Amino acid sequence: MTSWTQENLQVAGAELAIIKGGSGKPLLILHDELGYPGWMEWNEELSLDRTLIVPLQPGFGKTPRLDWMRNYRDLAGFYSQVVREMRLEPVDVIGFSVGGFIAAEMIAADPKIFSHMVLVAPMGIKPTEGEIMDVFAVTIRHHLRATVADPMNTPEFARIYGGEMTPEQFEAFEDARSETARLGWEPYMHNPSLPYLLRGVRVPTLLVWGARDGVVPWGCIDAYRKAIPAAQVARIENVGHRPEIENPIEFERTVKKFLAA
Amino acid sequence: MKIGYFTERPYRWLPEEEILKNHAFFAVSNRFFDRDKAADDYNYYIDENCYAEELGFDIVALNEHHGNPFCMGSVMNVEAAVLAHRTKRVKIVLIGNPLPVIKHPLRMAEELAEIDLISRGRLVTGWVRGAGSEQFFNNANPAYNREMFNEAHDFIVQAWTRPGPWRYEGKHFHYRHVNPWALPYQKPHPPMWIPGVISPETVKWCAEHRYPYIGLGTLLGPTCDLWDYYADEAAKHGYQAGPENFGYLIPTVVAETDDKAQKIAENFVYGGGQNAFSAPEYTMPPGYNSKSAIRALAKQPTGSWLGVSGEKLAEHGQERQAEAVDYKEVHKKLVAGLEKVKRNYQVIAGTPKTVLPKIKAILSILRPGVFIMFSVQGPVGNEERMASMRLFAQEVMPALHDYAREIDLPDPFQRTPGSVALNGAARAPVADRIPLKELGLR
Repeated sequence: MTSWTQENLQVAGAELAIIKGGSGKPLLILHDELGYPGWMEWNEELSLDRTLIVPLQPGFGKTPRLDWMRNYRDLAGFYSQVVREMRLEPVDVIGFSVGGFIAAEMIAADPKIFSHMVLVAPMGIKPTEGEIMDVFAVTIRHHLRATVADPMNTPEFARIYGGEMTPEQFEAFEDARSETARLGWEPYMHNPSLPYLLRGVRVPTLLVWGARDGVVPWGCIDAYRKAIPAAQVARIENVGHRPEIENPIEFERTVKKFLAA
Repeated sequence: MKIGYFTERPYRWLPEEEILKNHAFFAVSNRFFDRDKAADDYNYYIDENCYAEELGFDIVALNEHHGNPFCMGSVMNVEAAVLAHRTKRVKIVLIGNPLPVIKHPLRMAEELAEIDLISRGRLVTGWVRGAGSEQFFNNANPAYNREMFNEAHDFIVQAWTRPGPWRYEGKHFHYRHVNPWALPYQKPHPPMWIPGVISPETVKWCAEHRYPYIGLGTLLGPTCDLWDYYADEAAKHGYQAGPENFGYLIPTVVAETDDKAQKIAENFVYGGGQNAFSAPEYTMPPGYNSKSAIRALAKQPTGSWLGVSGEKLAEHGQERQAEAVDYKEVHKKLVAGLEKVKRNYQVIAGTPKTVLPKIKAILSILRPGVFIMFSVQGPVGNEERMASMRLFAQEVMPALHDYAREIDLPDPFQRTPGSVALNGAARAPVADRIPLKELGLR
């Protein structure tokens, strides 16, 4: 098993906790609105020939909250400073759910910041059809279950969320929910100006979407395709909002192939 | 002591089954809203508050909730404005305007100033954060609730006291021209009372600002603890808290017989009552609770699980199936639960003779300067509601006034809250736990 560590950096004028593991060319991972769940099978696989760098979002417990931050564009600006100060650019990136939104904001402001961009079930643009699930209007239990198509047959889901919720988990989820609300309450998990600013993005882009995603509708992928016409789309059957743990083999194959191209 | 009248103005035409099916009042579809019946009731509730004045209550208190048949007061200031004109003597107490969900403090300052002017200075204005469900209804970011509350409050006080025009650029609110032409009748501004249900952060804030705190039917023991916390904080600010700093509101029904009162009081649990105000997902929006409140909640053995084990999923499935229930049985259980609530003195129901000693006991324990009768919920007819008010006003209220004088409970108009300087002395008690123990309560 690849070793990974948590490091606390002083970067971009703030303290930032990151998870780092593997070896090889850096690969930036932007986690979703529930927070980084831990080192998973797909982390293990991708870290065989890449150094995974996973910033733990400010306000999510491990990194102190930044009071000046009011929306995802602010967070994207902060992460862009982090990437520059760490001398990572241009870097390959994978963003999950709201992490995809953040990555899109970063490239909208700085078209040269990424070398490859993978957006997995990205929020950030208002869907052409359907709605992004209101994750604030449900309990955390309901939200978690909605992220996978078949909780009972998703072993890694059981591994990270099975059993009774510990007080520490409860607190961590509430931290994540609070910070997500702070940045994405309105307009809800999207930025109306983002699609206009994505025009002209030339970086190879892959949009990954699970055909049974109950959180982010196909309409979001459709909207991204309209904003970035050259983007490729990988639709993975029989999985929901978390293809990376629902079908890790297919996910890893798709992403590795794209990053190698 | 001042005695007040309060009703949630319940929507009385909603079948209980619809509330039970929805597990809450909030989010029951408004397709059940009957415009004609509601028109009658909005008018009736205005009349009812005028009747309270006629009966001799010192206060009529209003509140506000959104998208909720539990309370028809969606825009309380509208009702307050009507009452400002219709009544002549009573104080109009707003408990309170939900500042963070209204999101427009300048407009709020103007509305309240007009109400105070029309009433010629009878407005007491209170502020609340708004229930969790209100954050959803009004799309108010719950993670900024406390910040917006504080900023809106500070802004309104300025808008009323600092001659304009001036410019305001805050964190959540921005006004390029602050110069409200209508200023409150009362100088420098109407008194402010803050209602609450045991949030220590709110109590601390009240004590700092010397605002009376109104406990909304909270359990007597924890309310004593809260009074102590207020008084400790008050002492840090150099003053002795007293009855003028505290108010208490309690569900109360009075009827000619105990049986009849019991029957009417059962409507306090109609649809699940206060506990069914909103479902958990709407009660606790993200960021609405403070970090310390979340930490306390996290430690509670809620039995909450994320689980995906087959066993857990099967249990969950059974829960779902169990939802196909007999609603009459559910109602019976709710009514049975009322007994415990009555034993805890959280609902007072009876004849004038049986109700009086109970309320006196509450007064002796909490020593509030303001007592507010919270009228019955649910589908209770106008006659029974008015009879309860009348019996209370004519046969209970005079004795309560006498008793308040006897045990010295000055109200916020007799003694300015925060005006008793401590001058370094240790603070005196604000609640009396001896009668609490005598009642077998903690």
